[in-house]
Amino acid sequence: MAQATSSPPEPLAEAAAPARRSYSADAAGLGRLRAGVFVAPALLLIAAFLVFPALWVLYLGLTNYRLTGLAAAEPRFVGPDNFLGAVSNPAFWNSTWLTVQFVLGSAVIGQVVLGFTIAWLLRDRRGPLRRLVEGLVILAWILPSAIVSFLWVALLDRDGGTLNALLGLPGFAWLLDHPMLSIIVFNTWRGTAFSMMLYGAALGNVPPSHLESARLAGASGRQQLRDVVFPHIRGHILTNLLLISLWTFNDFGPFLITAGGPDGKSEILAVHVYKVALQGGELGYGAAVSTVILLINLVVAVFYLRLLRSGR
Amino acid sequence: MALRKVAAVLAVAGLGLTGCGQSSGDGGGGIELTITQNAIAGGKNAVAAKHIAEWVIPKFVEAQKAKGKDVSVKFIPSGVDDEQYKTKLSLDLKSGKGADVIDIDGIWAGEFAEAGYIKPLAELVGPEADSWDGWAQIPEAVQGLATYDGKRYALPIGTDGRVLYFNKTLFAKAGLPADWQPKSWQEIVEAGDKLKSAGVPVPIQINAGTAMGEATTMQGVLPLLAGAGGEVQKDGKWTGASQPLKDVLGLYQQIYGAGLGDPKLQQEAKGRDKSFQQFAEGKIGILMEGDYFWRGVVNPKDGVAPMADRDQTVGYAMIPAKEPGAGIRGQDFVSMSGGALRTVNPNSKHPKEAFELLAFTLSSEALKEETKDGNVRITPRADVNKEILAGEPLLTYISEKALPLTAYRPPVAVYPQVSVALQEASAAVVGGTAPDQAAADYQKKLEGIVGGAGNIIAP
Amino acid sequence: MTPRFVLGRIGFSTLIAVLLAFFTIPLLWLATAPFTSDPTYEVRMPDFTWENFQAVVEHPYALPSLYNSLVLSVGTAALVVVLAALAAYALSRVRLPGRDALLYALLLLSSIITGTAAMVPLFQLAVELNLIDSQLGLILILSGGLLPAAIFMLKDFMDSTPKSYEESARVFGASPLQIVWHVVTPLVRPGLATIAVWSVANVWGNFLMPYLLLSDVEKQPAAVITYTLYTEGGQANLRMLSTFGLLYSIPVVLMYLFVSKKYGFRFHGGIKR
Repeated sequence: MAQATSSPPEPLAEAAAPARRSYSADAAGLGRLRAGVFVAPALLLIAAFLVFPALWVLYLGLTNYRLTGLAAAEPRFVGPDNFLGAVSNPAFWNSTWLTVQFVLGSAVIGQVVLGFTIAWLLRDRRGPLRRLVEGLVILAWILPSAIVSFLWVALLDRDGGTLNALLGLPGFAWLLDHPMLSIIVFNTWRGTAFSMMLYGAALGNVPPSHLESARLAGASGRQQLRDVVFPHIRGHILTNLLLISLWTFNDFGPFLITAGGPDGKSEILAVHVYKVALQGGELGYGAAVSTVILLINLVVAVFYLRLLRSGR
Repeated sequence: MALRKVAAVLAVAGLGLTGCGQSSGDGGGGIELTITQNAIAGGKNAVAAKHIAEWVIPKFVEAQKAKGKDVSVKFIPSGVDDEQYKTKLSLDLKSGKGADVIDIDGIWAGEFAEAGYIKPLAELVGPEADSWDGWAQIPEAVQGLATYDGKRYALPIGTDGRVLYFNKTLFAKAGLPADWQPKSWQEIVEAGDKLKSAGVPVPIQINAGTAMGEATTMQGVLPLLAGAGGEVQKDGKWTGASQPLKDVLGLYQQIYGAGLGDPKLQQEAKGRDKSFQQFAEGKIGILMEGDYFWRGVVNPKDGVAPMADRDQTVGYAMIPAKEPGAGIRGQDFVSMSGGALRTVNPNSKHPKEAFELLAFTLSSEALKEETKDGNVRITPRADVNKEILAGEPLLTYISEKALPLTAYRPPVAVYPQVSVALQEASAAVVGGTAPDQAAADYQKKLEGIVGGAGNIIAP
Repeated sequence: MTPRFVLGRIGFSTLIAVLLAFFTIPLLWLATAPFTSDPTYEVRMPDFTWENFQAVVEHPYALPSLYNSLVLSVGTAALVVVLAALAAYALSRVRLPGRDALLYALLLLSSIITGTAAMVPLFQLAVELNLIDSQLGLILILSGGLLPAAIFMLKDFMDSTPKSYEESARVFGASPLQIVWHVVTPLVRPGLATIAVWSVANVWGNFLMPYLLLSDVEKQPAAVITYTLYTEGGQANLRMLSTFGLLYSIPVVLMYLFVSKKYGFRFHGGIKR
């Protein structure tokens, strides 16, 4: 993808001047064969433990396979039945819509903006302040889920919750009256660390000399951002957006604090899959919904790619 | 230099790995057995794990040695969420793996049997299974837990029963008797009204909604349904929007619509935990639960919401039918029961020895050992129960009064989905939907789950 | 200049304070509950007991499980970083046919494999390959799921490094592997550190796959043991959970601080100096 950033695929132009281009890109003189050898081990692992089982999931989506019962002993091929069942189910569409809100709110707006802000604020800092902020953000990210659910119940509980105590709002039921807002804020808190780290590393790659000359030329912080930093980390921003969106689509973390409730008001697709596949044992249907998520992700990925190209 | 560091890290990781390759080879020609439960030392069901590891295994090995057999047994602890334990067990059994002796929840028996994950004991072990001397001690109803399609698939490990708990201190405040025993639903509601007038924050807690999961079905909808004379499944056909179901949903409406219960508590992800804490803090008047509540929740010694004065403060009563005689089988009172099973893995290489181990864990000697030191529960054996329940008023009460009247859930594969549909119906009513509407919605969902209206009894 | 500077400082401090509050307040429970003798869902002033820590130390599987977590996550991170770096470098420098499409397809598939529905195929695959109950097998499986995203991210870093150093190294006769190791790796070190931390964090909290693939409790990581700290009826043992949770998270935070200090951002300053 970032290759596309720096040089959008232009097969014709490339074919016209192959020798020069490939030399300057392949600076170490790797050559295709050795490049293949470099890629092979990763691809091998991916083929065995990712592609193969993933295709298997796609196949399961076409069967009535269950974890137990008769359908576990003799699963039947049912074709598109699971998909038809899903799209004719209003609960599925409700989940899809909630997922869109969840991804836009917590990933695109929450994590990306907050992650970048933190990375930018701390870019020149060393010492305890930076360590403190980074340590806390990372802590939110790596805490085991079982613990996190207690942290957030303790925070948002309507009776003894810390937030209500701080705001002086006893009895305000955040998780019940504003479940989507709650899980969006929760997921922002939980996942900002990744964006912060990635942007931190990307900002570290912006040549300080460029920033220095911009500063000497009298550019304000905002101008530096726009003219020097963004062009340089554009690829990282889009990669980050893409990855964060994909992961958030598949994240069933909110299950831990609202269990999809109340009455399905926060049952995003990943929670839906968790409920039908693990709790209900309907693996065929769960696989079919996973496939639908994959298709939505595909649309999202294409959208980002378009964005990437149109901006050039 | 950095290279060396990475190499060192890799080597350390590798070292950690080599120590843990395949381990269980047949050491010295003896028989190796494994036994698994959803129990683990230091965690879930720790006492059971300790009992197996420290008492059952050494005793069993010793007894086998006396018979001239070289047997070794290994305990494989688990101790996670029941759904995850079930997932893992299913995957293991499906791939021909798993421990020789396994524990399952009674409600899984049907789906496991249908999937071929478990087999009838007589087929697997031989005639020893049916001639086991313990059968004579196990009541018919409890044997039914382990029976599917007329065949015994396992041995029952125990059973339980549901009653109404109430807080006597709050009852005294509301002018209600300490030996309260309602004879109809109406009397429960009346008690709730009095508690409410006396300022009790949550007069009645009867689980509703999807957040509490199976606890809603088992400690809410089903006992009430039995009290209205209904069964979720009867003679292979499912009950749809029947009058009993409408009655049950009507009671929910009566309780949660009139402020006798806390509707929000039913929606919260940790609502059940919180209801326990609130009961222990004296904020809930009446609560419907199983004997687990007494043993594991308000237990002053090691409960999750201990009440130091449990024995004085917490009262209990039978769950009444809607009206006297309106319950299933014309009963005045009802209960619901579940229970776990223990069986031999069909993939076991030594099914006969595995069965011996299984039977040994359910011998009266082993059960007495397991339940000593305040760890009493209702065992499947009448002879053991008679002895160990003597000092336990609540367990005696359940065992003598509730169990003869109790009912069980249908052990079939679609039950979990039906259960969710029942939870959703109760959630809808608590949220303000009319009972008739919620019942009709339930029937519609039920048709989708059980394969059409043909499998549903016409209302 | 000066008023603007002062305003900037005030703005900065306010923003940092708000951020700190946002990330700290949810953690308060973790700071108090482990030191309380009977923690509930409320944040309360602790009575500063050490009993909970003692209970965790005496727990037969708690501390060993932390070691298992370490083995799994360090093993996975090492494998992912090395393989992804090699692949990302090759893909960044050499235009292999169908590269972009392949990367996108793998990335999309990687999102399906983290879902709940993939557990059956992964389990049966592990059975067939005899990788059940083996930590190495689990590392391979987890790595397979993480590699596409890792390659994807690293390729960005590889793309944005200047190529002149490699050319000069090549002029001096260095082999491609040497170039990757001595020239490219230092340049993308922040990226490698990011991937490593990301991999560790992913494995550190993973419950379902380790639980399904490792039967032997002595091989199971802390994420699995955490889930056992409940009672028969599913009620949480808050004393153990909070305390173990604290012990469980500290190593990763320390690791992050160490990595970020040591590898994160130093070299770049060096090369431009």
